[in-house]
Amino acid sequence: MRSSLLLIASLLFAGVAAQPAMTATDIIPPSALIQPAQLAGELKTAPPTILQVGFSKLYQQAHIPGAIYAGPTNSETGLTALKAEAEKLPRGTAIVIYCGCCPWNRCPNMDAAYTTLKAMGFSKLRALYVADNFGQDWVDKGYPVVMGQ
Amino acid sequence: MHRRRFLMGAAAAGVSPVQALQKLAPGMVPPSFIRTGLDGKRVDSAAFKGKVVLLDFWASWCAPCVITIPHFRDWQTRLRGRGFQVIGISMDDSASEAKAAAARLGVNYPVVMGDAKLAAGYGGILGLPVEMLVGRDGRILSIWRGETPPTVIENAVKASLG
Repeated sequence: MRSSLLLIASLLFAGVAAQPAMTATDIIPPSALIQPAQLAGELKTAPPTILQVGFSKLYQQAHIPGAIYAGPTNSETGLTALKAEAEKLPRGTAIVIYCGCCPWNRCPNMDAAYTTLKAMGFSKLRALYVADNFGQDWVDKGYPVVMGQ
Repeated sequence: MHRRRFLMGAAAAGVSPVQALQKLAPGMVPPSFIRTGLDGKRVDSAAFKGKVVLLDFWASWCAPCVITIPHFRDWQTRLRGRGFQVIGISMDDSASEAKAAAARLGVNYPVVMGDAKLAAGYGGILGLPVEMLVGRDGRILSIWRGETPPTVIENAVKASLG
C-alpha cells in the first residue's frame, strides 16, 4: 500500500516536473484587462506606453507600433529587462503589457510582468487580453503592426 | 517623444506592414531550409521530399507545445517505416533551452532553431504552437495554429500516409 502511494506520488511529481511552468493568469484582475479593439482605438488618440513581455522572436517578426521589447518575463533575464525599462518611467505612466505567445490561460509571461510592475508602483497598468495568440487576435484582425525590430 | 522617434525610425528603415507576410495555405509549397540541428547534424528539409513531414514550431516554455511532443515522439517511432518524419523548429531564445527541453522530453526527431527570418518564410509564427503537415509531393496538406487536439493531427497524418 505504502509503496503504491510512493509510486503514484513519484509519477505525479515526474509529470509535473516534465512540464514548463504554467499559469492561469488569474493574478491579473478583469478590471485591468484591455481588449485588442480598445487598444487599437487608443493608438489613434492617446497611445499608452506598450511593453511586449513575450519571446523576442515574436517581437522581431511583428509587434504593436511603439511597443518596447522587455521580456520574456518567465525568466530572470526578462524580468531584469522589464524592470530596466520600467525604471525609466514615471509611476503614473499609462502602461499596457502584452505577450500573445500562446493562449491566454497558458501564457508564462503575463502574470510575472503584471506582478513586477505592480510591485514597482505603477498604478495605471493594464494587460492586453490576447485570447489565442498575437497573430490571430491582433494581426489577423487588421490592427496596426510593424514588422522587424 | 520616444514613440514618435520609434515610428519615424521604423518608416525610415523601410519597415513594411505585416500584410506583406505571405500566409501559407494548403496546396502551397513551403520554403525549404538547411540548418544545423540541436544534435549538431545537418538538417535539410528538402531531403525529406517523398515523405510525409510534420513541421512543429514550438518552444520549451510553451505548455501546449510541450504537451503534444510525446505524441509526436510516439508517431515518429510508430510511423517512421511508413514514410513519416517530424521536424521540430524551436522558437526558444537560446539553443541551450531547446536542447535541455528536447532531452527532457526524449525527442527522437531532428530539431533546429528557428528565427524571425525563417518564421517570416512560413507566413509568420505569431504564436505557438504551429504545426504544418507537408505531403509526399512537398505541398502543404494542413496547418494548425494554436492549441490543437493531438487526435486531430494524428488523423490527418494517418490519412496522408494512406
